[in-house]
Amino acid sequence: MSALADRPANPVVGLRAVHESAALHVTGAAMYTDDLAAHTAGVLTAWPVQSTNAHARVTVDVAPAYDVPGVVRVLTADDVPGINDAGIKHDEPLFPSEAMFYGHALVWVLGETQEAARLGAEAVKVDYEALPSYITVSEAIAAESYQGIARTVERGDAAAALAGAPRVFEGVTEFGGQEHFYLETHASLAILDSEGQYFVQCSTQHPSETQEIVAHVLGISSSQVTVQSLRMGGAFGGKEMQPHGFAAIAALGAKLTGRPVRLRLNRTQDITMTGKRHPFQISWKAGFTEDGLIQALDATLTADGGWSIDLSEPVLGRALCHIDNAYWIPNVHAYGRIAKTNKTSQTAFRGFGGPQGVFLIEDILGRVAPVLGIDPAEIRRKNMYRPGQSTPYGQLVKDADRLEAIWQRLVDESDFDERRAEIAAFNAASVDTKRALAITPVKFGISFNFAAFNQAGALVHVYKDGSVLINHGGTEMGQGLHTKMLQVAATALGLRLDQVRLAPTRTDKVPNTSATAASSGADLNGGAVKNACEQIRERMAKVAGRLLGVDERDVRFEGGLITGLGKFDESLTFAEVANAAYLQRVQLWAAGYYRTEGLHWNPDLMKGSPFKYFAYGCAATEVEVDGFTGAYRVRRVDIVHDVGDSLSPMLDIGQIEGAYVQGVGWLTLEELRWDETDGPNRGRLLTQSASTYKLPSFSEMPEEFNVRLFENAREDGAVYGSKAVGEPPFMLAFSAREAIREAVGEFAPAGHSVELGSPATPEAVYWAIEAARSAGSASVAATSPAADASAEHDPTGASAGSAPAGADVPALATTEA
Amino acid sequence: MDEITMTVNGRQRPLQGATAHTTALDWLRDTGLSGSKEGCAEGECGACAMLVATPDDNGGTSWTAVNACLVPAAALNGQEIVTAEGLGSPDELHPVQEKLAEAGGSQCGYCTPGFACSMAGEYYRADRAPAAAGDEVCEEHGPNGFDLHALSGNLCRCTGYRPIRDAAYTLGSPEADDELAARRSRPAPAPMPTDFSSGGGRFIRPASLSEALDLLHDEPTALLLAGSTDLGVEVNLRGRRAPLVVAIEQLPELRTLEIGEEFIEIGAALPLSEVERRLDGQVPLLAQLFPQFASRLIRNRGTFGGNLGTGSPIGDTPPALLALGARLVLASAGGEREVDLADYFTGYRQTIRGADELIRAIRIPLPLARVTAFHKIAKRRFDDISSVALGFALDIEGGVVTAARIGLGGVAATPLRAYATEAALVGRPWNVATVRAASAVLQSEGTPMSDHRASSEYRSLMLGSSLLKLYSSTVIESKEVSA
Repeated sequence: MSALADRPANPVVGLRAVHESAALHVTGAAMYTDDLAAHTAGVLTAWPVQSTNAHARVTVDVAPAYDVPGVVRVLTADDVPGINDAGIKHDEPLFPSEAMFYGHALVWVLGETQEAARLGAEAVKVDYEALPSYITVSEAIAAESYQGIARTVERGDAAAALAGAPRVFEGVTEFGGQEHFYLETHASLAILDSEGQYFVQCSTQHPSETQEIVAHVLGISSSQVTVQSLRMGGAFGGKEMQPHGFAAIAALGAKLTGRPVRLRLNRTQDITMTGKRHPFQISWKAGFTEDGLIQALDATLTADGGWSIDLSEPVLGRALCHIDNAYWIPNVHAYGRIAKTNKTSQTAFRGFGGPQGVFLIEDILGRVAPVLGIDPAEIRRKNMYRPGQSTPYGQLVKDADRLEAIWQRLVDESDFDERRAEIAAFNAASVDTKRALAITPVKFGISFNFAAFNQAGALVHVYKDGSVLINHGGTEMGQGLHTKMLQVAATALGLRLDQVRLAPTRTDKVPNTSATAASSGADLNGGAVKNACEQIRERMAKVAGRLLGVDERDVRFEGGLITGLGKFDESLTFAEVANAAYLQRVQLWAAGYYRTEGLHWNPDLMKGSPFKYFAYGCAATEVEVDGFTGAYRVRRVDIVHDVGDSLSPMLDIGQIEGAYVQGVGWLTLEELRWDETDGPNRGRLLTQSASTYKLPSFSEMPEEFNVRLFENAREDGAVYGSKAVGEPPFMLAFSAREAIREAVGEFAPAGHSVELGSPATPEAVYWAIEAARSAGSASVAATSPAADASAEHDPTGASAGSAPAGADVPALATTEA
Repeated sequence: MDEITMTVNGRQRPLQGATAHTTALDWLRDTGLSGSKEGCAEGECGACAMLVATPDDNGGTSWTAVNACLVPAAALNGQEIVTAEGLGSPDELHPVQEKLAEAGGSQCGYCTPGFACSMAGEYYRADRAPAAAGDEVCEEHGPNGFDLHALSGNLCRCTGYRPIRDAAYTLGSPEADDELAARRSRPAPAPMPTDFSSGGGRFIRPASLSEALDLLHDEPTALLLAGSTDLGVEVNLRGRRAPLVVAIEQLPELRTLEIGEEFIEIGAALPLSEVERRLDGQVPLLAQLFPQFASRLIRNRGTFGGNLGTGSPIGDTPPALLALGARLVLASAGGEREVDLADYFTGYRQTIRGADELIRAIRIPLPLARVTAFHKIAKRRFDDISSVALGFALDIEGGVVTAARIGLGGVAATPLRAYATEAALVGRPWNVATVRAASAVLQSEGTPMSDHRASSEYRSLMLGSSLLKLYSSTVIESKEVSA
């Protein structure tokens, strides 16, 4: 076995490869779950009956559905032979007797057609006995409605440091969730085969857990259920925990009818039924030196978990582990808790709490920099981690010097200083339009905090003709994992990329897999694929050594040929050696395994080294803001990001660009609005379709978008020296939010702290501009003592909400110590 | 009744198993063509985009990209369509597919077949021409003449769009042996009169305008269908199943565009893309409107008649047409009448159009006002619904406002004329004092409400702000002229 990070000569990893399914994607030939269903004869369609009450005991009368032509069966709690639960924490009844949110699926109707199932669901009668509901985080806090375990990350003495800090700021930072809006909604297709095996094709990031939930709902063993995840049309964390119940419904339908059952949520069902990114409300107090060094941070983070716990605890854990982002904060006290509200059960979403933690510190730095009279870029740079420092939870920040190196390279390559000067000149001449260029860093910990998930398996077959078929436990959601695994296998076996094929991810090939999540897909499964390939290669090296007359240690595999050191005129094809191995009865397939070494984490103390390494990056974003409307354009983005030594550069750049734009969507555009009134639709999601929930389109693509990979970036702890890439670049989008903040600040006199609502929609930006302008007119009016007094002493008005009244409220209280 | 058939990817297929309400997307997928995807079922994401052979100006054919999720399958009787599967195969990629694949334009791949179709539509656009050397490349156009707005109705959640743009901007021109390119020189399929009943619904495509008007007279509850960009959403998201739908978008009398002495007459069922192309900037206010109206995929089907027919208070054409002083020609079996658009809307989604009438044409009086603008306030720049929208048409002579028409959308139960603001402008000098005073009046026009798109306060402020912005732009322009 070679060292994990070492690359052989002429590796296939590191080459620019197109997505392994690209030709299928562009021609429509790529199959997704419901496409397979469309090609399945005799398939029934499942349709939910959804609650129209945010919280109520329900009585369901399904009899009228059977009067609808084409309705075959209505699935209810009485039909469940096993456990009536869709999750692993046993707080998510699959068929609930109590509706926990508006949109909660109560029962499911199976129809010969979608139309029949839909009309059947409409015919079902539901009686609601209303119960009290909490829709906003504030309501939940007021009612002390919490769930799960509260956690604290602590280092030093934050209270004492705050008491002694020359400058202390406090405020409340609040931001909303985010809908995944994978283009392919949740989908499952279940078939009971002739041997009594359930085959479930499911759009899932976690086939093994889907398998377990299907088994426990049906009351059968895992070995009786095979889950396949052929490919997903996007997932982003939304298909890590949430698909299980839908797969179970389809499988239960197949059991009861003996026919294949398809379940595909339409967009409105998906958006009203499934979990999203957690919204947070954070109250905080931060101490600084006069020259802008952070001394202490004390924060209380309340995550809005929705109606069930789902992944809220680990999401909160990751948020608490990322409130430092890339900055050294000597004294920290961060307390986190999870509100229980009557909304969808919030879940994993790219970054998994990391973005929420980073939001806090970037918001604080952006708000205090003008008050301290320090350039926001400067305050960020001077607070960045230096080598030898460790995180608040006690992990050494490995390769911390990369932060400064990446920052400097970005400043150089983006012409940062020159462009800032141009922008200053532009702003001086422009009254109604302002520009700004902001730079932010990211540091993101890689590995599952839950240590057991940091393992993976693979199954690699070499056939007698020398062809190779690989299988691994990771799922493909568009991130290019399968392509990278093909590159890893080709590298490990010394083959060309086209000599390796990959078979779909199935639980009967590789068991007990982890979710493809936490950006770890390539690290974990790559380790396992490499391990399997190297087992086979070592066996084949013995065979080849005998054929070539060299010691097995001197056999080389490269470009599909096998040679011996010093044997210049002799080479064997991979197929010749494979065939010889077969005839000599040498095993040509192997199961590979990988576990990430050296991790430890104590969740009770919130201490340890949970991450194998950190991924780093920096982004510089230039925006232009229109003072008439608050509308803005992203003019140019420059990014330098650390993916280690890239396994596949085009795919990595694609991940970085996509994550950045998705992050900008969360921070500036995408807005989930719920009916918070006491009216009949309380708890209903108001933005429940593509026409009301707007995600970035072509108009949000940066006009100029330069992404570069940090070079000579080998990471010793990961396969072929690479680093994870899925999530970290999401947080590069904070540079866009900070640029908008700085541009808004241009409408105010120097020293004005800009409080920006989130998401920073044109309306939210407009209110921030209005506040900036009135700060200007107030300073011209000069000396109203009353106004000064309120700015000094009212810390309560620091909500970052977008209400117009916020324009009049002092955003940031500051007290001189 | 004759059997309904369509030509899909060069092969004739019968409309089997479909009802009068079945969308083209569902029908395609049921026939095994699962390349077209449902991402939203309301014409927002474009994952279902397909190409339809439509008539061009010269007796030939254009390949027009539309949302398959919105069009009833029955509306495609006798028509030719091409899906991603018909463009190319994995072993023989179409040029747009090859570029998309090579550039990393697909990640999860779910939106990709739709992107391929939208891109192919633009690839085959007859008047797409590479920028000549020295030409200034206009915004959102590639050096190959590719108009990025062609992709404004396609959403991708994975890539951030940059590689898709790069793929689009490096496309060449169709080769000599390109069958779809060659197909453009032959006529598009003729409209096919249709009367199809199934699944509790009936779809009729009358053969002529008089037949359509007689039908409306006899069946006053009939639902008129033009581009189906609104009804399609109702069918998919709200389960609307109209008993009788009458398709009028292919009637020649509703597809005219004539520029006369006194007015420009635009057929009510001419797709907005067609209007945009044929006017070619001759009505600057509309030229500003079109790129902001939904997406190209929607404009390829959506019509003035449909946008006015639904009577929605947030449609984007009414504010523009109100500012232009547009008049509507309403036709019934009894004859035609002409009404001022300002008198047309009577309440929330209510108009003076009788149940037996259809909108045949829109008339825009000439000459046009000299200072015009269309301002749309929305969360997203491409393809969003307005929080508020304003159309301005002013005449300024010798520094004095001599005429003003301002149309507003999103501020009341109907689109409105801002009469009070107009009065505050006319006869006064076009200067800061006038504009500030008029802006305060404009700010209090209508009764905007708060919803998920915007607060009422913001909506009101944007009305006033919009006039200031218009003034600011005219000042900048006059400075540029003098300099």
